[in-house]
Amino acid sequence: MDRPKRILVACGTAIATSTVVAKGIEEALKERGIKITTRQCKASEVRSLVGNADLVVTTTPVPQDLGVPVIQTLAFLTGMGKEEVIEEIIEKLKD
Amino acid sequence: MSTVISELLNKECVVLGGDFSSSEEVIFAVGQKLMELGFVKDSFVQAAIDREKVLPTGLPLAGGINAAIPHTDIEHVLKPALGMAILKDPITFQNMVSPSESVSVNLVFLLALDQPKAQVEMLQEVASVLQDPDLVSDLIGQDTIEGVLNCFGK
Repeated sequence: MDRPKRILVACGTAIATSTVVAKGIEEALKERGIKITTRQCKASEVRSLVGNADLVVTTTPVPQDLGVPVIQTLAFLTGMGKEEVIEEIIEKLKD
Repeated sequence: MSTVISELLNKECVVLGGDFSSSEEVIFAVGQKLMELGFVKDSFVQAAIDREKVLPTGLPLAGGINAAIPHTDIEHVLKPALGMAILKDPITFQNMVSPSESVSVNLVFLLALDQPKAQVEMLQEVASVLQDPDLVSDLIGQDTIEGVLNCFGK
């Protein structure tokens, strides 16, 4: 069995925004039967923590040369474009 | 709905109307109230202002009335709380995901969080308010604190 995919969820402080985003991703993918784990971090920590991740989802700018796909989105906070972002996350995790 | 918001939102920490000319002034006004009531340390206000400059929190919303959710590191917070400003005239914040873009903001939630990941319910409720254009519009139309609290069912 494949191991659950690991998503690194970044925001400015790793306490507020990324909490909402991580919960949102977990719930959305659970509904679809996709197993994942999330870890929250500050945007400034992404580069040092990305080694363990399959995907980075962030609400603040992060470097783009991390070697894994990066999705920058406010959808889990504002609701706008949320379904599209969930589809994008699923697509990126397939690679 | 919004039970956790009702619990954590102190009516003394809601600023209405307000004659502000910058995001810094808004954060200062609401943050001072959180400090006076003992929710945050003296250092909170400046920390939140400084953080907003580097890591802005403006959020464009679906209904066209936009919000910002300033906050800062947990070390500046004594007890979890929520402050709020409803601005008659929008104030410019920068976009969280794209800081070079300006966002005209009428609704500000100032978050005082004391543990990482602890105030999940409050944060999710704030997000669900932001995702409800009718509620956002209702909030912006309030000119009394009681009216604001009623919007949250308090």
